[in-house]
Amino acid sequence: MSKRFEVIEHTADVCIAAYGSDVKEAFANAAYALFSLMIDLKHVSDNLDREVEVTAENQQDLLVAWLNELIYLFEVEGILFKRFRIDELTETKLKSRCYGEKVDPVRHKIRVGVKAATYHMLKVEKNNGFRVQVLFDI
Amino acid sequence: MPRWQGTLKKIDDYRWEIPQSYKAGMSVPGLIYADEAMLEHIREDQTPEQVANVACLPGIVAKSLAMPDIHWGYGFPIGGVAATRVEDGVISPGGVGYDINCGVRLLRTNLMKEKVSPKIEELVSELYRAIPSGVGSQGRLRLGQKEIDKVLVMGARWAVEQGYGEARDLEVTEANGSMPGGDPQCVSTKAKQRGGPQLGTLGAGNHFLEVEVVEEIYEPAIAAVMGIEKVGQVLLLIHTGSRGFGHQVCTDHLVTMGAAVQRYGIHLPDRQLACAPVKSPEGKDYFAAMVCAANYAWANRQCITHWARECFVKVFGQSQRELGLEMVYDVAHNIAKMEEHEVDGKRVSLCIHRKGATRAFPTGHPEVPAIYAEIGQPVLIPGDMGRYSYVLVGTQRAMEETFGSTCHGAGRLQSRTAAKRSQRGVDVARRLAQRGITVKTGSMASLAEEASEAYKDVTAVVEVTHRAGISRKVAKARPLGVVKG
Repeated sequence: MSKRFEVIEHTADVCIAAYGSDVKEAFANAAYALFSLMIDLKHVSDNLDREVEVTAENQQDLLVAWLNELIYLFEVEGILFKRFRIDELTETKLKSRCYGEKVDPVRHKIRVGVKAATYHMLKVEKNNGFRVQVLFDI
Repeated sequence: MPRWQGTLKKIDDYRWEIPQSYKAGMSVPGLIYADEAMLEHIREDQTPEQVANVACLPGIVAKSLAMPDIHWGYGFPIGGVAATRVEDGVISPGGVGYDINCGVRLLRTNLMKEKVSPKIEELVSELYRAIPSGVGSQGRLRLGQKEIDKVLVMGARWAVEQGYGEARDLEVTEANGSMPGGDPQCVSTKAKQRGGPQLGTLGAGNHFLEVEVVEEIYEPAIAAVMGIEKVGQVLLLIHTGSRGFGHQVCTDHLVTMGAAVQRYGIHLPDRQLACAPVKSPEGKDYFAAMVCAANYAWANRQCITHWARECFVKVFGQSQRELGLEMVYDVAHNIAKMEEHEVDGKRVSLCIHRKGATRAFPTGHPEVPAIYAEIGQPVLIPGDMGRYSYVLVGTQRAMEETFGSTCHGAGRLQSRTAAKRSQRGVDVARRLAQRGITVKTGSMASLAEEASEAYKDVTAVVEVTHRAGISRKVAKARPLGVVKG
């Protein structure tokens, strides 16, 4: 399988670029990247799921809104997500079902906390498939 | 990341200007406080561009300022100060950041190093146990909705009324730990859900508790007023902020600000600078929510202070009074404040954004606590785990040049990923141990990211602010034991 995402150097924070053959896959890989920053997802199962729906002004903002919703769910419900099924993705609306597991402090060593997805260096672009880029404040 | 190729005009050895002509849209010049060696690092990425971008904010006055610990952020640089007119300027959540009222609190003790060193392992373990830390850590408090709203309005005063600490603590806290203007109705349910369980927690990242020992006193008379009397005396430094509560407030309001930028026809070079007029509904709502987050952070540091005191009492078997565990000061370094300053000979109401910058008011300023009226406001500068931290005081020159602001810490040099690549957490812990520093952390990866090598030398940063006259060195301390989030 080709590369799902890569980490781009940034002094204080972490920027990622995620790839996909279509924009849904690129978004899903961006969310996968987010949780990969926090933990080695090998150690996370996908026995529970949440429906996550967000709206925004445009597709770039939708990416930020969706990732921030996942960060919120992680903090409030303690869910680490590892698999993402995007059922609907328009310019202004995203519907997804996200699968993961509740944090288990014994098995799960969280590497880093992510405060938020930012709008800085934000990109959703098409060339040879899709590439999305987002900077996380950590 | 490409090197920044712009022009920097040397004003003197510690001041470098980005001329207003550097790029279209700048309404004031940029000014970076740095020495020549630092400037090389600052130019390595796009940090100066961010200083120039901030100079484009509507209503900005004087200069877009950058402290010597400046580094590349998102939107605003970290280490930036921007003053905008309340009358016709903007307020920008990016100029405060996600960790609203991240700040530092210093306590002094009567203990000397000789007494603490043999018990440092025990003390650090107690602190680690008593004060929850790490990603998503939840606190010992369980607050209902009504109680959270009280925290958001009352800040540290809420904590003191609950028995966490004493009234004197509030006197030596910026804004008395209770900033007016907070409105819980401007805060989303999500923020309250995130923040509710996290009150009284340290968090992760660069947050820490540090038991430290005074190594050098530069201004004995000033230090004495703060209760810092001799070399070898033990201090406690607390560095944390508003946790998930503040992060969510910033996230929420950046969405509304994004729409506001279009509505008010504001042109910005970077979306993360999203802002709205200070007097617009969006601007007022953000400020009211930001104040809530600032108050949350002061309550957070107040609760942590209380539990830390209990740890000292337990480990040393003496009362808090005998231990002399009194607060020196508590200061925010990510905040926006409405302040009056002199601009071109006139008093003007300004919204001062300090993002990774510390307030540094001089002697006699009404917001400086009465006990410090003669020495100026204490400024607390944490370093990194392996090196020093500093106590400074504010100066009149800061008031004239930087809206009463100075640096906030060491400032990152190395990215987190680079830091992790170059060292492992266990090695960092071992090296610290060799230097007599005990560290307790839940995350070795986080330890590697925060290794000394990833930061500028705080001594160099402080030296620039001292020589430039925007704050004055009072004392230096080095760590004995650290609890790392």
